[in-house]
Amino acid sequence: MHEMSLAEGVLQLVEETARREQAWRVKLVVLEIGRMSSVQPEALRFCFDAVIRGSIADGATLEIVDVPGCGWCMKCAATVPMQELYGACPTCGSHQVQATGGTEMRVKEIEIE
Amino acid sequence: MCTVCGCGAGEVKIEGGAHEHTHVHADGTVHTHSHEHEQDHAHGHDAPPAGAHAHPHTHADGTTHVHEHVHQGDHAHGHAHTHEHAHADGSTHSHAHEHEHEHHHHHEHAIGGDLDYGTGPARAHVPGMSQARMVQIEQDILSKNNTYAAANRQWFDERGIFVLNLVSSPGSGKTTLLCKTIELLKDKVAINVVEGDQQTANDAERIRATGVPAIQINTGKGCHLDGHMVGHAMQRLQPKDESLFLIENVGNLVCPAAFDLGEHHKVAILSVTEGEDKPLKYPDMFAAADVMLLNKCDLLPYLSFDADLAEANARRVNPDLTIFRVSATSGDGLSAWLDWIEAGLEMQRGKHGESVDALKARIAELERQLAAR
Repeated sequence: MHEMSLAEGVLQLVEETARREQAWRVKLVVLEIGRMSSVQPEALRFCFDAVIRGSIADGATLEIVDVPGCGWCMKCAATVPMQELYGACPTCGSHQVQATGGTEMRVKEIEIE
Repeated sequence: MCTVCGCGAGEVKIEGGAHEHTHVHADGTVHTHSHEHEQDHAHGHDAPPAGAHAHPHTHADGTTHVHEHVHQGDHAHGHAHTHEHAHADGSTHSHAHEHEHEHHHHHEHAIGGDLDYGTGPARAHVPGMSQARMVQIEQDILSKNNTYAAANRQWFDERGIFVLNLVSSPGSGKTTLLCKTIELLKDKVAINVVEGDQQTANDAERIRATGVPAIQINTGKGCHLDGHMVGHAMQRLQPKDESLFLIENVGNLVCPAAFDLGEHHKVAILSVTEGEDKPLKYPDMFAAADVMLLNKCDLLPYLSFDADLAEANARRVNPDLTIFRVSATSGDGLSAWLDWIEAGLEMQRGKHGESVDALKARIAELERQLAAR
């Protein structure tokens, strides 16, 4: 969903940082995208390529770090791997699982010169 | 604004939003242009960093604010504007032009386009050595929107205003439900409404027909309202203290879930003419909401819709969801929904009263201290 505005959000953070660091070019942008976040990495790549044109990050490589999903199952009282948000616990089948990892959408770091 | 739902850098238009810009560039160049905000309006409101330029601008309603804005990247203003450029070398020219497209221009305002190699980490250049380096950012992509939303929420809380963000798919009866709710509540509490749609001001007109102030935000290509747009709308509406502020989001069960507007609760509306499995198909929205209104319940006798199953599906995604079965047209079930709103208003009033009392106590204490001197 709304990958275009997310890509614009990424560019904004990148531009702010690049400006603060007085960079003239951004070579690499590293994102952390959880498997259970609402982001489609492929759609985000497409939008990222579109929004960076003409910006300080023009031509930058986009690296997406995939973060696997995990959650805390109330019934098992344990951390369990999760495939989808609001999904069932793979051990006991309960839906009372609170996601603890894999929902992030973060700009991790950038390489500038 | 997503490719999935067909929206790019949008054409956000807030009613009555014509304004003027004066820019001062880092090198002293000044130019002014007035424009209507028909296009995307994605400015930050922070202090301008070095090398950027600031825009003070005055809105139609008289509010003024300053924007930072850097011309290194895409300059995606689409509007007719007149430029008067005074260049560093003293020559001046002005030109009027219209551009409805994004255009790329690098405003390199270093005189003569000099390259500066002294801007590396050591502020010096070593021949042949690349100055590439990694910079940690570690920030959430939505952090900008969340900052706007937090500012909106603080603004509302300071005034004891209760804010709801109504979300649903198109055609679930949001506007009808809103009109009915307003009719039943407007004698008890002041109400302001923000209407979000891609195009037209039809919904705001329907709301205004009920006698309460409403403002339409057209998101253009955008698929959701964001914190920045709502911030502008609330400034323009100037809602009364301890009033009710209702935001009808763009009809979309996907994107608005991720964008906090500064509301106290998201209210998801599901109508019985849709499928019982919608909460499972679009879980983000039902998980983000605190209340679900099952609307058009007067039609249940004519449909095969299983209302209990729909509620169970919604609770599977969000066990804490409060659910009301209502019909905006017949009025059935609305009293419970109205009671819930009044309880929220009461709570905000209580908080507001407390903060006012705390301020009064502080004034009394300071006056006592002053008198003692």
